[in-house]
Amino acid sequence: MTRALALHLGVIAALFAAQYLLPSYHQTNIARIMVLAVFAMGYNIAFGYTGLLSLGHALFFAAGLYATGLGIELAGLSAAPALLLGLIAGGAIAAATGVLALRTSGVSFMIVTLMFAQTGYLTILYFGTYTRGDEGIVINRAARAIGSLDLSADTPRYFAALTLFAIALLINLMLTRSRLGRSMIAMRENEQRSRMLGYNPFRVKLIALVISGLYAGAAGAAYGVLFGYVGASFATIQYSILPLLYVLLGGAGTTLGPFLGALIMFYLIDISSGYTTAHLFVVGAALLVLVLFAPKGILGTLRERAVKWLP
Amino acid sequence: MTRLIGMTPSRRGLLKGMAATASALALPGFVQAQSSAPIKLGFQLHRTGIGAAYGRWYERTTQAALKVVNDQGGINGRPVEVIFEDDGTDPKRGAEVVEKLASQAGCDAIFGPLFSHVVIGSAPRAGELKVPYLVCSEGYHVASGMLNRWTMQPGITDVRAQVSSMAPWVANNLGKKVTMVFPDYAFGHDHRDYFTAAIQAQGGEVIKHIAIPPTETSFTRYLPQIPKETEVLYHVMVGPAVLTFVKELGEFYGTGARPEIFGFIDSLEAVDTASPGLEFLEGTHFWEGNCRVKQADASENEAFYRMAVGVDDNGASVSDAKDISTYAHMFSCWETLFILKAGMEAAGYQGVADRQKLVEAIEAMTTMPESAAHPQGDKVFNAKMHQVFGHQNISKVEGGKLVRVYRTSIEETMYENDTDYTAMSF
Repeated sequence: MTRALALHLGVIAALFAAQYLLPSYHQTNIARIMVLAVFAMGYNIAFGYTGLLSLGHALFFAAGLYATGLGIELAGLSAAPALLLGLIAGGAIAAATGVLALRTSGVSFMIVTLMFAQTGYLTILYFGTYTRGDEGIVINRAARAIGSLDLSADTPRYFAALTLFAIALLINLMLTRSRLGRSMIAMRENEQRSRMLGYNPFRVKLIALVISGLYAGAAGAAYGVLFGYVGASFATIQYSILPLLYVLLGGAGTTLGPFLGALIMFYLIDISSGYTTAHLFVVGAALLVLVLFAPKGILGTLRERAVKWLP
Repeated sequence: MTRLIGMTPSRRGLLKGMAATASALALPGFVQAQSSAPIKLGFQLHRTGIGAAYGRWYERTTQAALKVVNDQGGINGRPVEVIFEDDGTDPKRGAEVVEKLASQAGCDAIFGPLFSHVVIGSAPRAGELKVPYLVCSEGYHVASGMLNRWTMQPGITDVRAQVSSMAPWVANNLGKKVTMVFPDYAFGHDHRDYFTAAIQAQGGEVIKHIAIPPTETSFTRYLPQIPKETEVLYHVMVGPAVLTFVKELGEFYGTGARPEIFGFIDSLEAVDTASPGLEFLEGTHFWEGNCRVKQADASENEAFYRMAVGVDDNGASVSDAKDISTYAHMFSCWETLFILKAGMEAAGYQGVADRQKLVEAIEAMTTMPESAAHPQGDKVFNAKMHQVFGHQNISKVEGGKLVRVYRTSIEETMYENDTDYTAMSF
């Protein structure tokens, strides 16, 4: 077993143990953070590894959220197939977006993805008869279960979030070590050179974006079922920027960076709001410090300066 | 040596005695902690985000009500503490704030959120945590039955009641051909659906619905869609673009002929009706939950509430005449805190184990007479809907000030549906 695999299994084991060690408040927080970290991992696959700076990932998260929520509430699906539907919706919307948006690159790609996401947000509002627009819908508590496992209860919810997180993290690790993962990094580092070597950049980037969308869709689907609410605010630009911040904070192009970023950002807001009403200023100041002194994020900087083997 | 039978304690007896003594010594302290520890209430506050203008005044109103409650001896003789936590007017953060207030701060109950999406996003978690969640939202989502047994709205009427009760007066006094301008999301859709039905019941009709996408910052391209035969223009907008909307409406009509204009004060909450550009509002009408300008017949209770919160006769802060309050809505925080007090006292509330008793005590409430606890007026609570019903006001802008011209009865605001939260399990 390599050091990297041992580290990742260790993180998963620590999160498993946390269920028994942490007070109830932090258990639920960590469950939320793990789901959001899966979203950020997906963002990291597109941005951190492939160099696709997207401002449209809220669309993929919302696709998973709404496919699952509406699947349960309108189509009468049970939670398991609805979660699968959410996963597929995230990937499918990412594929459709990618086919068009990947004709552009750089700042243009960022703007086009932003426009797609905004269209998705307005579509949710337009079909308010079904989606209840900005207010959103509550997923019936009885439907938030897989078999006899009640996912609205604290312990099953935590383990469901941990299972999703563990699968997503290990796939992410495998991906970074695979041929596909290396070709994704090649796109980020030098697309022209990769093309000259025989790679098809459009194909590689589209695959990366679809995988990224699957992650975001899975996170959205899980968020809906685990926390019981489906709302249009998750499709706003704020939720495209959040995973970007998590990734930048934790370390772009590192497998554990998205989780660390989500964890720190959550508790930065949570703790600072207990001391000051200007907690958003604290978050802003922390991000400024990060950009100035650790532009590669926490784990990115750590990898650069000390732990070279960190994936 | 004489052995004193029964006087020599065994080891087990000694331990029992020590335990009993320790318990006896500890008990007064425990009772003391139960009887004098503060009641902790969590307030889910829109301090930042789109609801910040409301949040600022909701906090002030709650602080004022808290002072009155504590000056009167608190709840069940215990002091009351309110912990305010910002939710950023965001439903995801809202659910996290409910979690924080209930699980970390150990609040006995949570109250205060206004924006519908935040309430709907947070209510499931309140239900899971089994913490009483008293919202000040005016949305129909509570009475519609979509939430849970722990979520209630006893401090403010809902949009369905407000909108429906306006239609008769509008039809009889302003006109029967109505054009509606509303935000194209759920809050606006509630206005669209319930007012359209209510005006039809009065023999009138809505001849045009103009839905404004929530991302709009200018409204000039929508205003020409208002049909010429419109007799009444009904508008309701929220958010930072409100002032722009109202100003552009004024520029659109200028000094020429215009239909009668009836709006919800939501369009102008925290905005001075005497602001430059709003002169055209002179002679137009507004719904108000509570009258911003102190009326000539204001009750002693209303005057007391106004003074306690620090609002002058024009509806502005007593310390800054430019700081206009959200007077039509913010009374809900005041009244909700007093309902929590009444509910806790009726339930003999001691601690979090009595949360269910608190919900049941509020469900047992029916009429709420006008008083210092209910300065907006008397109300009727419908336990099945978890929704309160009360008077609504229609005011006219005269000399730049809002003067009430009509106050509905409670009966005019009532409606029926099949919601029954009391049949739901806890």
